[in-house]
Amino acid sequence: MKWLLVGAIVVATTCADLFQTAGMKRHGEIHDFRLGALGRALGRIVQNPLVLVSVLFMAASFGAFLVLLSITDLSFAVPATAATYVVETILARLLLKERISGKRWTGALLVAFGVVLIAL
Amino acid sequence: MSAHSRPLGLKTFLVGAVVVVSNVAGNALLSRGLKGRAGIFSSGPVGWVELLLNPWVTIGISLLILWAFSRMTLLSWADLSYVLPLTASGYVLTVLAGRVFLAEQVSWQRWAGSFLIVAGASLVGGTPIRTTRRRRKAP
Repeated sequence: MKWLLVGAIVVATTCADLFQTAGMKRHGEIHDFRLGALGRALGRIVQNPLVLVSVLFMAASFGAFLVLLSITDLSFAVPATAATYVVETILARLLLKERISGKRWTGALLVAFGVVLIAL
Repeated sequence: MSAHSRPLGLKTFLVGAVVVVSNVAGNALLSRGLKGRAGIFSSGPVGWVELLLNPWVTIGISLLILWAFSRMTLLSWADLSYVLPLTASGYVLTVLAGRVFLAEQVSWQRWAGSFLIVAGASLVGGTPIRTTRRRRKAP
């Protein structure tokens, strides 16, 4: 049951992150951190269809995460779901056309190995 | 070195710190409120409302909302493949929070894995924060 939940979280989180990144890049860089400006930015963000789709995936991921937290340790639940790192780095390259240097690949791989150890 | 290729600006560092701290604290509080209460998810709307009224869960969710917004803010100028490993430092802090605040038994594998994650995150900290074409600033 707990691995089924981990799988659901990984898939939903990956979709959410890809849509969110595409949506926020389309929105443009946030450069004004005054409260009013942040509020206006939030107003524009919630009208962004890509971000809205990402929110749906985030909600699904969060629901599964809540159930997972109720049946297992925090020190297992959070690291186990980090399997998204490798999948997302690959998809960031393929779908978002990000250029990923050898250093970044190495870093992401180290993170992935760490996650595997934690999940043992 | 131009601002475009600067490895880690102060703005990125501060927003990244908010992302990590709000995520770790939010998850720890949620775990405190949810552990051993799996039955509540199948108990219908009354149980769900009861769950949302649990202060651990309420504060935990509030912190995770802060996490989501600060992360979206960070993603507005930084690559996803940069943000993901940078915020991975939250994993070791989460394991630490589980051990210290929730008295969880943490194996050596989990500790070793945490250090690998920190190593990976540190490696990525020295790479440019954006590799795709620069977009216009939001109005």
